[in-house]
Amino acid sequence: MANHAAAPAHSDNPRYFVPAPSAWPFMLTIALVAIVYGFGAFLEERAIPTQPLIIGGFVLAISVIYLWFRGIARESEGGMYSAQVDRTYRWGMSWFIFSEVMFFAAFFGALFYARELSLPWLAGIGAKESTNVFLWPGFENVWPSNGPAALGGSFKTIPAFDVPLVNTIILLTSGVTITMAHHALKEGKRTACILWMWATVALGAGFLFFQAEEYIHAYTELNLTLGSGIYGSTFFMLTGFHGMHVTLGTIMLAVITMRLMKGHFKPDSHFGFEGVAWYWHFVDVVWLGLFIVVYWL
Amino acid sequence: MAHAHHDHADHGHDDHAHGPDKGIMRWIKTTNHKDLGTLYLFFSFTMFFIGGLMSLVIRAELFHPGLQFVDPELFNQMTTMHALVMIFGGVMPGFVGLANWMVPMMIGCSDLALPRVNNWGFWLLPFAFTMLISTLFLPGGAPAGGWTMYPPLVLQTGDAFPLLIFAVHLMGISSITGAINVVVTILNMRAPGMSLLKMPLFVWTWLITAYLLIAVMPVLAGAVTMLLTDKYFHTSFFSAAGGGDPVMFQHIFWFFGHPEVYIMILPAFGIVSTIIPTFARKTLFGYDSMVYATASIAFLSFIVWAHHMFTVGMPLAAELFFMFATMLIAVPTGVKVCNWMATMWRGSMTFETPMLFAIAFVFLFTIGGFSGVMLALTPVDFQYQDTYFVVAHFHYVLVPGAVFSIIAAVYYWIPKWTGRMYSESAGKWHFWLSAIFINLTFFPQHFAGLAGMQRRVPDYAVQFTDMNVLSTVGAFGFFLAQFIFIFNMLGSCYGWFGRQRNLPDRVWEGAKGFEWIVPSPAPYHTFEDQYPLPDAELSVHHDAKH
Ligand code: HEM
Ligand SMILES: [Cu+2]
Repeated sequence: MANHAAAPAHSDNPRYFVPAPSAWPFMLTIALVAIVYGFGAFLEERAIPTQPLIIGGFVLAISVIYLWFRGIARESEGGMYSAQVDRTYRWGMSWFIFSEVMFFAAFFGALFYARELSLPWLAGIGAKESTNVFLWPGFENVWPSNGPAALGGSFKTIPAFDVPLVNTIILLTSGVTITMAHHALKEGKRTACILWMWATVALGAGFLFFQAEEYIHAYTELNLTLGSGIYGSTFFMLTGFHGMHVTLGTIMLAVITMRLMKGHFKPDSHFGFEGVAWYWHFVDVVWLGLFIVVYWL
Repeated sequence: MAHAHHDHADHGHDDHAHGPDKGIMRWIKTTNHKDLGTLYLFFSFTMFFIGGLMSLVIRAELFHPGLQFVDPELFNQMTTMHALVMIFGGVMPGFVGLANWMVPMMIGCSDLALPRVNNWGFWLLPFAFTMLISTLFLPGGAPAGGWTMYPPLVLQTGDAFPLLIFAVHLMGISSITGAINVVVTILNMRAPGMSLLKMPLFVWTWLITAYLLIAVMPVLAGAVTMLLTDKYFHTSFFSAAGGGDPVMFQHIFWFFGHPEVYIMILPAFGIVSTIIPTFARKTLFGYDSMVYATASIAFLSFIVWAHHMFTVGMPLAAELFFMFATMLIAVPTGVKVCNWMATMWRGSMTFETPMLFAIAFVFLFTIGGFSGVMLALTPVDFQYQDTYFVVAHFHYVLVPGAVFSIIAAVYYWIPKWTGRMYSESAGKWHFWLSAIFINLTFFPQHFAGLAGMQRRVPDYAVQFTDMNVLSTVGAFGFFLAQFIFIFNMLGSCYGWFGRQRNLPDRVWEGAKGFEWIVPSPAPYHTFEDQYPLPDAELSVHHDAKH
């Protein structure tokens, strides 16, 4: 869209944009606290109305997040963001993604520890022989494992070169489509960009669909559950948190696409778009890690 | 002339609201780094007070052997909550408050990079801690398995358990958002011409602290999430029956935990490196080496975690590796201590209250460093593990270390924040009483620990009585002495005791930097138009060349 290209990319105001006082963060806090307090009480089966807290919290959180991001979009489209503010968002998003990497690292670390250390030790390998002899005689170190007590009973796993492979292809393809969308945006081809974006959203949704199928399959037919010892724990924790990130990412992609349809973003200034793309690539890379160490090896 | 720049009071521009809102809404909605810094500091000192009361319960119980005031359950709740409140509620928010106030003022920019996120990061804390502290009144009481939350013990917590986990999550979000804000501000918003190696050291140490926070708070979040699913969702991360390992929690926790202790000390290094040059009237000795030492400490802090676990039964190679890596940390730490001493060497020193606290920091933190090196020796630690010697070690680095630095910073900058000088004589009283009582509290604990007194136990063998009596007397004395400080500071905030706003821009004549060329009190908005730092205000002079 040529008229967008003509508009100045950034505000001319040399001053850094400091937003006016805002009640959004405070309300988001209230919402989160309601959710976790309600959920905590629910887990302990306490005699307080937990449902209203949780549901009310979610409604409030979603409304606030909507308003907050709408506000940012308006500020951005209103030309209030200088190049310096743009850099802030870039740095901010990069460091946020780094924190997410470290969050996943904790769970990958748990998987590594279980396979390389705790299971061999339980099986009497290395310095921990007595653990095996006295506590778990006869236990052998094989993967997948639900531990010496065979928690959850025998189970089957999901083969890597089956649905997970399909999902890998889906996510990798979505990495390509979003890049195509980005190029289209930079060349001012808005319609193409929007189409590529919807393709990306569809791929994200497709991934989630297969993932859900896989979970149902695991629970109903393979007897693979969260309770299936360390295998079930690490499997569902890693793929589950990843799935939550894909869900969030898909929503973010959809939001960005709708903003594109409303005429937001310019060929030379569209960090909202890029931030979501970065996030999507991050989710993609985590999946590759999962595919290799959770499903395959 | 720098003064020409800073005076914004007279011109009207309306790209954003200029004055603060009125009443309570000002504090709820504020996006101003100075307001948020103030909120953080008030919050931090409230938590110090609550955590302090808890420590007095502990010390009262330990005044004599036998059980006198509280039952063992409550005693354990007190030790656990004391640590959580002090670490996550007192020390960390205290430093974040100082970063809020000072980082933008020291690098000459208008605010933190993401002001609304900054507001969010703050407001999560009072709610998280209300939630956590309220567990004291739930069936089963507050968490009592130690702040380190080791399974399987911690999984026996009652109704409080999920609230403990979620409180940690909320604090984690707060720390991460705060840290991202600080990193981005420092990387993106420095005044023109302020290259990285011209930044004041407080800014440097906070940059590295924030990096550590972003790297390890998510790991803590992961660890406690696994606790939650182990308790409620049948996972077996920390249960050997399912192929997991309770010790795995300790590894993950301390991968967070050791960098965490540096999170609580690096900003303190920055504060001391700011205050000592001011009152020694010399530039900081070895600026570059300070920066490199800070960076190497941060790096090493990721590879020493298992020194908290020497007695857990690790393979010999791991014991050795973690012993040597830990001892290595003493090297950059020693570099810093030597640099502070060299800065004072032949300076024209005066001993205002912030300087007294800074010098005490150098002495007393070093004692904590020495006991740390003792603990780092694996065979020796087998004796010390879980005794009062460890308690003495970390209190030396945390109280006369981290907490003294926060106090020093408040004395140093409160004239800038409020425009009113504190009472120097009250400050001196506060200092001497604090310094004496803190040593009375914690020095005897070394001996009790070496003689074998266990930590986290409400009773002890009679042979430890003398040391514990001293310790308890010291603790009560220290607590009471802090009221001198609180009233002294509130007096400057609210203009009590007839204090006037009559201070020059440069409150301390030896001080340098952006913050000393704006009026005292600093206007609500500073450095909206950025300009280079005048050469005379640089806190560092690199050798020759420049
Ligand atoms: C020269 C530097 C240091 C060394 C070599 C060192 C070494 C150690 C070691 C080996 C332990 C484990 C002792 C045990 O449990 O048996 C320990 C515990 C501890 N250290 Fe340090 N340390 C150093 C500096 C610090 C600093 C700067 C802080 C915080 C500001 C700190 C805070 C702690 C804490 C909180 C604990 C106990 C945690 C707990 O078990 O609850 N240390 N230190
Ligand atoms: Cu440590």
